[in-house]
Amino acid sequence: MSSEVADVDLGEYKYGFHDEENPVIKIERGLNEDVIRQISAHKGEPEWMLDFRLEAYKIFLSKPMPNWGSDLSGIDFANIFYYLKPTELNARSWDDVPETIKNTFERLGIPEAERKFLAGVGAQYESEVIYHSLKKELEDQGILFLDTDQALLQHEDIFREYFGTIIPSADNKFSALNSAVWSGGSFIYVPPGVRIEQPLQAYFRINAENMGQFERTLIIVDEGAYVHYVEGCTAPTYSSDSLHSAVVEILVKKGGRCRYTTIQNWSNNVYNLVTKRAVAEEDATMEWVDGNLGSKVTMKYPAVILNGERAHGEILSIAFAGEGQHQDAGGKITHVAPNTTSVITSKSISKDGGRSSYRGLLRVNKEAEGSKSKVVCDALIIDPDSRTDTYPYINIMADQVDIGHEATVSKLGEEQIYYLMSRGLSEAEASALIVAGFVEPITKELPLEYAVELNRLIQLQMEGSVG
Amino acid sequence: MPDLVIRNLHANITDTDTEILKGIDLEMSKGEIHAIMGPNGSGKSTLSHVLMGHPGYEVTEGEVMFEGVNLLDMAADERSRAGLFLSFQYPFAVPGVTVANFIRMAVNAHRKGGPDGADNPVRIPEFRKQLMEAMEMLEIDKSMASRSLNDGFSGGEKKRFEILQMAMLKPRLAILDETDSGLDIDALRIVSGGINALMGPDMGTLIITHYQRILDYVQPDRIHVLVDGRIVRSGGAELAKELETTGYAEMANKEAVS
Ligand SMILES: Nc1ncnc2c1ncn2[C@@H]1O[C@H](COP(=O)(O)OP(=O)(O)OP(=O)(O)O)[C@@H](O)[C@H]1O
Ligand SMILES: [Mg+2]
Repeated sequence: MSSEVADVDLGEYKYGFHDEENPVIKIERGLNEDVIRQISAHKGEPEWMLDFRLEAYKIFLSKPMPNWGSDLSGIDFANIFYYLKPTELNARSWDDVPETIKNTFERLGIPEAERKFLAGVGAQYESEVIYHSLKKELEDQGILFLDTDQALLQHEDIFREYFGTIIPSADNKFSALNSAVWSGGSFIYVPPGVRIEQPLQAYFRINAENMGQFERTLIIVDEGAYVHYVEGCTAPTYSSDSLHSAVVEILVKKGGRCRYTTIQNWSNNVYNLVTKRAVAEEDATMEWVDGNLGSKVTMKYPAVILNGERAHGEILSIAFAGEGQHQDAGGKITHVAPNTTSVITSKSISKDGGRSSYRGLLRVNKEAEGSKSKVVCDALIIDPDSRTDTYPYINIMADQVDIGHEATVSKLGEEQIYYLMSRGLSEAEASALIVAGFVEPITKELPLEYAVELNRLIQLQMEGSVG
Repeated sequence: MPDLVIRNLHANITDTDTEILKGIDLEMSKGEIHAIMGPNGSGKSTLSHVLMGHPGYEVTEGEVMFEGVNLLDMAADERSRAGLFLSFQYPFAVPGVTVANFIRMAVNAHRKGGPDGADNPVRIPEFRKQLMEAMEMLEIDKSMASRSLNDGFSGGEKKRFEILQMAMLKPRLAILDETDSGLDIDALRIVSGGINALMGPDMGTLIITHYQRILDYVQPDRIHVLVDGRIVRSGGAELAKELETTGYAEMANKEAVS
């Protein structure tokens, strides 16, 4: 990998993630209909998408801010750029990136080129060659894996069939906002019976737009197919813009399986408000693995609607709340069809006055007889200033169901640390090891390099040296 | 000078006036095995923790020197790296961390303490070989290496794993706090065999116990009787037999009048 981001010639970048033909535009801060028209025109979108955006904008305006969960009063909608070209991101300077973030990159040993990208000052860093060979392999199997913007232009029919059907604009204020101004994200279609064992990583084709504030992801796993999609990274992702509001929609058809793994570590000025929902049809399986570090506020509750008989949903979530942070995370499962099963496992860590909340909704509809669900949420509190809460909402309307719920709160014990120190580990090593052990049920589900990075990051957090 | 010198050691529960150790004097050298016996609640575990550096106790008076260095200035991890080891009466569980990974981290922490202070991690094949040998010696099933440390372990298993850690860390002073309690008859023989195999001129062992049986396997050079935070009597191996007949109360009384 080249260490010089500036060397990457975007003109030669022919795999269709952004369209260099379009004239450079400059959209001002703030949001109004005109901004939305400009975004849509700039992307060369079909008329229906512009209408969709404008409609969503009206819904956004009409919905009040949520009055539950976290304090969102710090969001200033008028002071946000809703659309930035990657080239403009490039123009931002490395000098603007806060020292704390640079130090963390240093300590994590992130390569130079990647640092710039993660800090939002480089457009793209991963080798095109890797992506190119992967792309060939995927194409041969009929898999579509591309930028959501490009998917709209290149595969309009299938796109239009599913877009906005799982998470309608009106779902909540932030899904409405995303629907109005979305940009980037991934589009994946896996044809019937196709199983791709190697995880598809946004990493291979990550670019600034993809990591944007309002990305929109749509995944369709056709009958009997399988895909594991991995997005994000453990290194801190710096954004000078304070709002990240993504929407992820997934449909898993009969007998299919999808796993979606996210690790996010936004810089601590960011409000991270993400709506994620999947529908699992008959005998299908949907698994969300969701890791949240960093940000100022995160509100994220990946959801699975078990629509077909014997569908299975699983949500594994881990949150780390440090100083000044509130991680409000959890999951939602709706059992619609009979004999459906689900598991929610949530682990949170609060440190240095941070606050983590588990917020879960388990709903079993009247028709969902014979369903089973298990919810386990464990919280670990590192110091007495920190806080954890659980808000488990359970709504059961069916007979003959089997529902389990366990919650534990533990404090990082002086005695346990002493035990490890008596074997020669430093205090920081000892506490990091206990925390790593606590989250192990989740890290063991991550691709190896992510698990290693996550443990390393936890270690840094425990040393109190991460910005 | 003996390798371990404890002089007039007084210790309180941290941030309280509750004194548990009320002036302990004890000397021993590497190559020796000493035993401490005494009634429940007399302060044996407290002594072991004060030697190891438990933050829950504070030393109010006295000194502890090991190989000429003052242990009391050091945190528990530094004492470990200085050659101390404590086999806990009640070991803690570390869920999600395997025995093998934990011991490897501990071994690496010790290797880091080398002359240049730099990391010098053990090579994994070499580590595996050593771990397997130590597990064989203690007749521990290999599959246990990938279980979470002490998590769901039986009482006897925990004790055996304390000695496994000792075998891997090779301390120069080992304190074994009721390592024999909870071991079945065969396990006691196996674990004692392990302790004897590790003993040598470069290691001293301080055994805290309530029972004669372990002392039949691991024969002590001296026995100390601890009652109410003080050593009331010290003597040779025969003292343990005497205790079995007299009991602690009588012995403490005798000391008080003599
Ligand atoms: N952290 C503490 N808080 C309160 N009391 C304590 C604490 N630590 C020790 N003690 C008290 O100090 C005394 C000595 O305890 P210690 O555990 O050292 O006894 P012991 O000799 O090891 O007993 P046993 O043979 O039962 O293991 C006991 O009365 C105990 O209750
Ligand atoms: Mg004791």
